[in-house]
Amino acid sequence: MASLSISSNEQYNFDVVRKFAIMTLVWGVVGMLAGVYIASELAWPFLNFDSPYISFGRLRPVHTGGVIFGFGGSALFATSYYVVQRTCQTRLFSDALANFTFWGWQAVIVLAATSYILGFSQGREYAEMEWPIDILIEVVWIAYMIVFFGTVMRRKQPHIYVANWFYIAFILATALLHTFNNLAMPINLFSMKSYSLFAGAQDAMTQWWYGHNAVGFFLTAAFLGMMYYFVPKQAGRPIYSYRLSIVHFWALSFLYMWVGSHHLHWTAIPDWTSTLAATFSIMLLLPSWGGMINGVMTLSGAWDKLRTDPIMRFLAVALSFYGMSTFEGPIMSLKDVNALSHYTDWTIGHVHSGALGWVAMITFGSFYHMIPKLWDTKLYSQRLVYWHFWLATIGILLYIIAMWISGIGQGVMWRTFDDFGNLKYSFAETVEMVKPFYAMRAIGGMFFLSGVFIMVYNVWMTIGQAKREAAELDAKLAAKLARAVA
Amino acid sequence: MNFNFKHEWIETNVGLMLVLTMVAISIGGLVEIAPLFLIKSTVENTKDAKTGLETIRPFTALESRGRDIYVREGCYTCHSQMIRPLKDEAVRYGHYSLAAESQYDHPFQWGSKRTGPDLARVGKKYSNEWQVQHLIAPRSMVPESVMPNYPWLLNTPLDTSDLVDRLRAQRAVGVPYSLTELEYQNNVKRFGEGVAQQLHIPNAQQNLVKQAEEGNFDGDRGTITEIDALIAYLQVLGTMVDFSQYDNDHFVKFR
Repeated sequence: MASLSISSNEQYNFDVVRKFAIMTLVWGVVGMLAGVYIASELAWPFLNFDSPYISFGRLRPVHTGGVIFGFGGSALFATSYYVVQRTCQTRLFSDALANFTFWGWQAVIVLAATSYILGFSQGREYAEMEWPIDILIEVVWIAYMIVFFGTVMRRKQPHIYVANWFYIAFILATALLHTFNNLAMPINLFSMKSYSLFAGAQDAMTQWWYGHNAVGFFLTAAFLGMMYYFVPKQAGRPIYSYRLSIVHFWALSFLYMWVGSHHLHWTAIPDWTSTLAATFSIMLLLPSWGGMINGVMTLSGAWDKLRTDPIMRFLAVALSFYGMSTFEGPIMSLKDVNALSHYTDWTIGHVHSGALGWVAMITFGSFYHMIPKLWDTKLYSQRLVYWHFWLATIGILLYIIAMWISGIGQGVMWRTFDDFGNLKYSFAETVEMVKPFYAMRAIGGMFFLSGVFIMVYNVWMTIGQAKREAAELDAKLAAKLARAVA
Repeated sequence: MNFNFKHEWIETNVGLMLVLTMVAISIGGLVEIAPLFLIKSTVENTKDAKTGLETIRPFTALESRGRDIYVREGCYTCHSQMIRPLKDEAVRYGHYSLAAESQYDHPFQWGSKRTGPDLARVGKKYSNEWQVQHLIAPRSMVPESVMPNYPWLLNTPLDTSDLVDRLRAQRAVGVPYSLTELEYQNNVKRFGEGVAQQLHIPNAQQNLVKQAEEGNFDGDRGTITEIDALIAYLQVLGTMVDFSQYDNDHFVKFR
């Protein structure tokens, strides 16, 4: 208990950061386990076991919500609270509100996952939470805004550090997107069921404005904020270009919001919106790569550390996947390419090269840096970090290669005509074709997940070691005190 | 002009930074989404040339409950309801989907993935018996399928206790279900009497029972089950517009 009494007096509020950090790992395991399970259901359908509660359609939002909001969201709360305190050299604006965001956010994830399994869904991708949960998110988010912006206002530095710009954009954009995309009419105050305010084409535009910018701000801008703190820290070098960070921050914030309707190419929305989205998607390549180049050039000069520092490997590979998937994205947003790629597994592969390669890898790297600092100790094992790195990297490669083959294969088979002008393949034949790759994808996911288990073990042992060290220190202090009194 | 902008102004002033970021992230959505609510041609005109009545109608009480089940089970995670104007899709699925066809869909269910085929025009493509068998055991009909079995739909009686609440909520967000005599008369003008009858909320319960019994979707007239509602919904998908009525370029001008 001695260590607790010290923590409440420390300069920064790391208590809430620690709690979010632990839950990041918990939700990582839960969300990715759900992911591996639904991937396996597609490869081996008997795994649905004729049960409504674990059928693919209900479990899929448990996976997406678990990894995006549980794992990703908790990681962002943890790192944003850590970074904002360190870069502003001040304690969080309010411990009570910060604590509320922790318990509130955990309640959101638990309620969301439970409600999906029980069959409550708004039927909007990544926004399946029904209205009572949406209101809870809104309240938690307002508390988050107060804590984060309040802390920035109390900064001891005149300048707001660049990482915080990205966190600010993420927090504002998420508030905006969440609010408008979830406007709905509950059927009555005692029912979870609601109907969305918008219909058809307008509803589709709103949803993909949300859906793509959940990627743009939740999974990109915010993780760039993480990158802008942890990459320079771990490399021991300053950010490569201050000017580049300014230009790409504003360009990214402005351009992202235009590109959502590239998810709706060739659908029943007016052509001009689709063309506009494709155009802006191409432009978006520049600020995306601006961020990647800034990160990579910051690492450059410390390349020798790649041999000795496994954490650097996570950060370097994360930036590489960020560059790769932000190149692939604009390509897929071209109408001609999209005509082939849309509705196929290629999209799923693309999402995962971003989600596993960028979001998860940058989180792992940042956490391996941050966790020893939070518990004031050293990492239990560097060797296990290497193991995690290789399992994760192999897992991602298996995953995206499987999805490239099955996705492009589906796209090509669907549109192939035979010599008589009939469709060459029935839909069922294309399903048969993808099955081996669905198995390969599930195995890739298992690799990735087993890396996460290794991380959990490593962090568990690190925390245990920190507790022992603290106890030894306490014992020494007590002995000294006893001698002094005697 | 002695206006020398420094980014330092923004990064030392959190208020300014919040405002400017908010401006930067608001423009895209405003430009692309707001006009869709204002431009009439976003949703195509699909009135019947002879009668002047609207051909696309809101779902009946039973179909609407079926749609709720479609959303509940997350069918949209594997099936799209949006046929694109591409040659192969025209051959495989039929005429490309119109915005008008989902104008009463709260929420839209266009989907983003085809692990299974598109369902926008699945209505009347298969018999009710095929649909029942395929839903409870997909691989018995399509051996290659990876779809889960949905046996519980056949055994679970359809909950209609909050039927009126559900239709009223949809009415509140703009679906023309009628509550009053005046609204009913408007619907008669708009859709014709037969459809207007189906959209009248005070008749919802009896309409639902009648459609389920007459349709006899699962071959059991005794109890109305969830599978009755779901199949009623599936069988109406994409069947409302008679495309033979229109010139080839009629819908192009809305794009």
